[in-house]
Amino acid sequence: MITLRVNHLEAMRTHGEQDYPHECCGLLIGRFSGNGSKVVSETYPISNAREEEHKRNRFLIRPEELLRGERYAREKNLEVVGFYHSHPDAEARPSTYDLEHAWPTYSYVIVSVREAYAQDLRSWEMRADRTQFDSEEIVKGETSCR
Amino acid sequence: MPVTIAIPGALRGFADDQTEVEVEAATVGSALNLLTDTYPELRHHLYLDANTLRNFINVYLNEENIRHLQGFDTVAKAGDLVTIVPSIAGGA
Repeated sequence: MITLRVNHLEAMRTHGEQDYPHECCGLLIGRFSGNGSKVVSETYPISNAREEEHKRNRFLIRPEELLRGERYAREKNLEVVGFYHSHPDAEARPSTYDLEHAWPTYSYVIVSVREAYAQDLRSWEMRADRTQFDSEEIVKGETSCR
Repeated sequence: MPVTIAIPGALRGFADDQTEVEVEAATVGSALNLLTDTYPELRHHLYLDANTLRNFINVYLNEENIRHLQGFDTVAKAGDLVTIVPSIAGGA
């Protein structure tokens, strides 16, 4: 379960629309709480480091960028709890490529952007045995919006 | 000499949920070996084989990626921070 505020959801949707037709990406900064759930305090946009010709369906966050984000989080007594990226003109569900590159524990939020308009947004978490992603419940305050 | 290893959130569950582990080591390689001797499950996630890190794993000594230094032989001094940083990639 991941808790996101409305402004976080809007920030990710807007980032996806701004970078369309390329994929956008960023960090989710917050806290891990009990039972593997996470509470996001802020989104942290990152420039997609993939080559120009691959940005339409690929994203990359360089380790230097992740390290910078982790330090930023640590200064606030927070940490990186997941990542977000967009799928231009594709569903908000992880691809095989996503699975091959994912990490357990973290949340992976995907926003579908069709013809420059953000639509479905879902969160996923990979199983520890790397076999598949499971849908992760998104909680907005007290309201579940799976 | 005491070297601190920062454990990324994704791997913390394999290290008794610790955010940092302190080991006595003279090189980055020996620090990582001591860490994975204590927490063997971590080794599976960090290494392809005995001496090769997985492609999407990066290890930093303070500000520098050890791939740009002397790799596992990079000398660590007391108070140095070793950070394990995954590369994050994906796409539709």
